[in-house]
Amino acid sequence: MLSRAADALFWLARNMERMDNLARLIEAAQSMAGVSSEAEEWRSALAAAGVDELYDETYNAVTPDLAARFLSSGGANPSSIINCLENARVNARAMRTALTRDMWEAVNQGWIESRKLTENNFSPALLAETLDWVRTLSTRFSGAYETTMLRNENYWFVRLGTFLERADNTARILDVKYHLLLPQESSGVGGMLDYYQWTSVLRAVSAVRAYQWVYREEVRPWNVAELMILRTEMPRSLRACYDHITYCLDQLAEIHGGKRGEAHRLAGAIAAELRFGRISDIFQTGLHETLTTYIDRTKELGDQISNLYMR
Amino acid sequence: MREFFDEMYGADGEVRAAYAAIAAWLAETPPAVLETKREEAERLFRRVGITFAVYTEGGDTERLIPFDIIPRVLDADEWAFLERGLVQRVTALNRFLADAYGEREIVKAGKLTDDYIDTHPAYCAQMQGVTVPSGIYTHIAGIDLVRTGVNDFYVLEDNCRTPSGVSYMLENRAVMMRLFPELFARVGVAPVARYPQDLLATLRSLTTPIGEEPCVVVLTPGQFNSAYYEHSFLADEMGVELVEGVDIIVRDKKVYMRTTDGLKRVHVIYRRIDDDFLDPLVFRKDSVLGAPGLMEAYREGNVALANAPGAGLADDKAVYMQVPEMIRFYLGEEPILKNVPTWDCANEGALAYVLDHLDELVVKETRGSGGYGMLVGPHATKKTRDAFAKKLRLNPSAYVAQPTLALSTCPTFAGDAAAGRHVDLRPFVLSGANGVRIVPGGLTRVALQDGSLVVNSSQGGGTKDTWVLHRNGGGR
Repeated sequence: MLSRAADALFWLARNMERMDNLARLIEAAQSMAGVSSEAEEWRSALAAAGVDELYDETYNAVTPDLAARFLSSGGANPSSIINCLENARVNARAMRTALTRDMWEAVNQGWIESRKLTENNFSPALLAETLDWVRTLSTRFSGAYETTMLRNENYWFVRLGTFLERADNTARILDVKYHLLLPQESSGVGGMLDYYQWTSVLRAVSAVRAYQWVYREEVRPWNVAELMILRTEMPRSLRACYDHITYCLDQLAEIHGGKRGEAHRLAGAIAAELRFGRISDIFQTGLHETLTTYIDRTKELGDQISNLYMR
Repeated sequence: MREFFDEMYGADGEVRAAYAAIAAWLAETPPAVLETKREEAERLFRRVGITFAVYTEGGDTERLIPFDIIPRVLDADEWAFLERGLVQRVTALNRFLADAYGEREIVKAGKLTDDYIDTHPAYCAQMQGVTVPSGIYTHIAGIDLVRTGVNDFYVLEDNCRTPSGVSYMLENRAVMMRLFPELFARVGVAPVARYPQDLLATLRSLTTPIGEEPCVVVLTPGQFNSAYYEHSFLADEMGVELVEGVDIIVRDKKVYMRTTDGLKRVHVIYRRIDDDFLDPLVFRKDSVLGAPGLMEAYREGNVALANAPGAGLADDKAVYMQVPEMIRFYLGEEPILKNVPTWDCANEGALAYVLDHLDELVVKETRGSGGYGMLVGPHATKKTRDAFAKKLRLNPSAYVAQPTLALSTCPTFAGDAAAGRHVDLRPFVLSGANGVRIVPGGLTRVALQDGSLVVNSSQGGGTKDTWVLHRNGGGR
């Protein structure tokens, strides 16, 4: 397939996934209203999305309404939900032929609907409904590609984009909240505030229920970290994402007659660490240091994939 | 007696046999139902993204061409006649192009001058003496036809460069079949869906690589081109790559595309970019839409281009006037399809006639296209006509004139009822080493404004599905 097509599909999937992650992030920040410092909560959401500095250049103070708008509809924010969708459609349109009709219709229909949204749709009263729409849209897209794409290169590049983006998002959300998960003096006490804060980490990746099913005990910080970094059952964990990434890369290597590159080595090394790692070791090394390393290496992996296939 | 020939009601107001089912359907379907169907059609077109880009208006850069849900019908005999005429005409146009870029027999015979060909803006000097695959230059031609009476069809224009609109022909049919399956069950309509396969077969016939599968691609200027939807649609339907200039590279006079598996050889390019942009080494130096070295690879015979560079030579107004004569000259046949009578103002007698009848005529620039620099006599004020007459006297050879044609009308949904609106027809003619193919039908364009004769989409024109009936007219 054309290198440009691989690039367009990869970024189409990344933009759709990013849009979905942003919706979850905003919902999580909203759910903390009244529990902890709202400004703090929104600042960490902005940081997790990587747009906190840009926000500060645009506004003087962090308010829930402004921050939510910046993340969702913000024209000045190149990776707001609406801009992600806009970019996704540009990617899709650039390579119409590489998409199935259902995939294209999911993206295009979503884009048409987004054009009808007004400022009002992002007001506190209607934001939740709009975010529901975003998640439906992303589900429609992944449903469309899962059920209609041939299992050829095109498919593996879409999957690769999805999971690389998801790994990046999970690592970022955790890193913004890592201080909450560090062992603290008060952790034995299990204060109400701690409970909410740890839960908020789970909420940002829609994993509150998942936690209960996996651990069947009260929310403990090291479990939260383990769930999101090392557990294979958790679909947004780094481990699960990297299992998918290595699988996609293996499939691509097979299609290309066994040709592999630095991307394969790097992805394999990260996946092996995640598969055999222990959460106690991660806390020993330093949670923040570990997460920062994963963020950097995930970015490096994206560059290597691009080097190998997209130019 | 009607002023215009109506394709449903004929000249006498009686429903013509070809339209019997449509007339019955219109009589039994309330306008509200038609309106609902029209809205549904619009939603379908939007969802598929079959839009064309408009840059001048700001805001929404993608618009739909309005679609009319009442089909235009041609019976089997009418189509058989048109098909014969189209095959003949396009064959002659290709013979002319091969001759103009080859031996110039037509000049030796005194029909055209060397000077006329050499100074033509669409003449491509780099093509002189080049051997092209199967001697064919215009592989995909769009011939614009109009009708003025039951047996009167005229060729208005030949489009030999990169005619567009075929995706509308195909999507219009797909939408109609989805909206009105029961109507198709009642009327035997010849299918058009094989067009992409015919196109692919035509393109593949232009190459005979040894020991490998011929690789065909569609070359597009990109997603901001107004016909981008059509480019991607055709590539998708044919199952070939849609490439842009950045995707292709010429090495050792061979063309390759950049793929995830390295460079891959390309044998045939269905290019939807203009000649000027094909190769910055030969044509416009600032072009990034094509690929440096493409023309050299083409001249070496290492890649086929469809249509051939310079094919536009065959579609201007002065050449148009010669087409009936070309048919006699190259094929030794009498032309089947008529030309619209045309006065060449370069001729003194013709000029005098044109100046005397400016209020009845349409005057066009010989080398213009797309309706620019045109005078529509009956609709112009005396002042405009006088000013135009002055231009005409100064440079008569730059103009030709034609009568204003009484284009036929077809029933068209006008909000509360069906009403007659003027139409034209663009069939698509494919020419390859394996012969000439035309799918039955084409793109019918319709002037949606009451009384308007302008079918152009940029001026309020829309499209219709075009039905060619099976021979028996009944549901075969």
